[in-house]
Amino acid sequence: MKFEEIISNLTSKFGEEFIVALHENASPKCIEINANGLVEAMQYLHGTEKLYFDSLSCITGLDNGVEAGTMEVIYNLYSIPYGHHLMIKVKLGREQPTVDSLTSIWKTADWQEREVFDLYGVHFENHPDLRRILLPADWEGFPLRKDYEHQTYYRGIKVAE
Amino acid sequence: MANEVQYIFDNQNLQKSEPQKFNPEDLKREEMIINIGPQHPSTHGVLRLEVITSGEEIVDVVPHLGYLHRCFEKHAESLPYNQTLPFVDRMDYLAAMNSEHAFVMGVERMLGIENTIDKRVEYIRVVVAELNRLASHFIALGTYAMDIGAITPFPWMLRDREHILRLLEWASGARMLYNYIWVGGLFYDLPVGFEERCLEFCQYIKPKLKEFEELVLQNKIFVDRTANVGVLPVGLAINYGITGPMLRGSGLKFDLRKVDAYSVYPEIDFDIPVGKGEMGAIGDCWDRTWVRMEECHQSVKIIEQCLTKLTGEHKRTRDFDPRATVPKKIRPKAQDFYVRAENPKGETGFFFRADGRSDIPYRCKARGASFVNLSVLGELSKGGLIADMIAILGSIDIVLGEVDR
Repeated sequence: MKFEEIISNLTSKFGEEFIVALHENASPKCIEINANGLVEAMQYLHGTEKLYFDSLSCITGLDNGVEAGTMEVIYNLYSIPYGHHLMIKVKLGREQPTVDSLTSIWKTADWQEREVFDLYGVHFENHPDLRRILLPADWEGFPLRKDYEHQTYYRGIKVAE
Repeated sequence: MANEVQYIFDNQNLQKSEPQKFNPEDLKREEMIINIGPQHPSTHGVLRLEVITSGEEIVDVVPHLGYLHRCFEKHAESLPYNQTLPFVDRMDYLAAMNSEHAFVMGVERMLGIENTIDKRVEYIRVVVAELNRLASHFIALGTYAMDIGAITPFPWMLRDREHILRLLEWASGARMLYNYIWVGGLFYDLPVGFEERCLEFCQYIKPKLKEFEELVLQNKIFVDRTANVGVLPVGLAINYGITGPMLRGSGLKFDLRKVDAYSVYPEIDFDIPVGKGEMGAIGDCWDRTWVRMEECHQSVKIIEQCLTKLTGEHKRTRDFDPRATVPKKIRPKAQDFYVRAENPKGETGFFFRADGRSDIPYRCKARGASFVNLSVLGELSKGGLIADMIAILGSIDIVLGEVDR
């Protein structure tokens, strides 16, 4: 299915305002949507017959920095039977980044969301098991944020100069 | 220096840094927590498993990761694309060529130079990547047999893998972490005589694969330990984002080399083996192992075809320069880009955000196939025996460098 058809499907279901922005130079092409409607939109993309995005390949967190004051979560979808790709993006406030979890739709979201939480501190609502996954539980801060400053000592070991 | 405190010991340190998910006081009667790893041969690296058992039966498995976390994504945010390449090697250190190929493809597509690359370069890339796929599958098969209790296959597989590592060392100078495939080209052309030696290796390895198949896959003990164990239905596999031999073992004919048809794979004739449930249910541990075994045959087939091209149509010439199209400055336009490729373990993906102003990616995220594949362990192991869990973990074929990145 072409990108335009996916957009017209989404707008006919959820209305014009639902799509915040389109990023056509991204590859695969990207739709930015409102974070409030993420789960419904994903349920629609996953469950509708012609779209049927059955595979959630990748969840990426991204920090736009203190000046921009926003964070992004980017979802790469792929439909195995139809072979079409889609990138979905939500923008979150940097102060308390919160977005609904997709674990009810894709079980792979569990660990991938935990990783985003671990490295960016994005809170995923309704996640069954939101703990740090790569870093130790008592690590301070979220290392991939642009304004991250690592702790000087971890248990008496100097972290770095 | 001598008197400086290096580590403050505290009894509670482990509890603080990697606390158990389950509290011993909440367990039911007869249940207990068994901790496997992080230093344990059957976890294939530094992986810690918190296993809740009731007698011999598994109630739940909680993997604790991160013991090999080396901040790949943080490093990538401060280094130019070409300098990130050695870090990419160190993610899946058993199949570095394949990861390099994926990363390099992504950067080349962002620059829009993917069609300017010489065909000989592409064929060499596929040869080294498939050699590395063989090496990775050899480790997977050998260690898997060892997990299950057969000692012999492991040194046999290591012996055969050594031939591949020597070939790759000859080409790139390194045994495992190559930095050979560059953005826009290659580090060097293949050394003189490589094609002939590689062809000799193909002839050598075919009977060895057959031998291994008879020794392990048809072995009654092996079949008893793996058939009908850890059955992964295809629907669940897709929902968990499983890719690679695991997904094909569940019976879905899905290989990115065919689906995306990247590099020169569309010009090469090869099959995609899928699990058929020959020894038990479709998608059990035996099927996954069998798929890996068959993929080895296919890889040899691919290498032979590439070598024919490399000695015929695209043969070595005096003026061939593998660095001819290597860009002096790697500065892609501002864009988001997701690239994926078929690694021995599954789909390896890279997400890039280029800001268009610098040689350094604003964000580079790696999607490790092992990381995603490992997440299904709990679901597969529940209700089975402890020994089955080891069999399932081995059949997932993780490499911790890629899980923790």
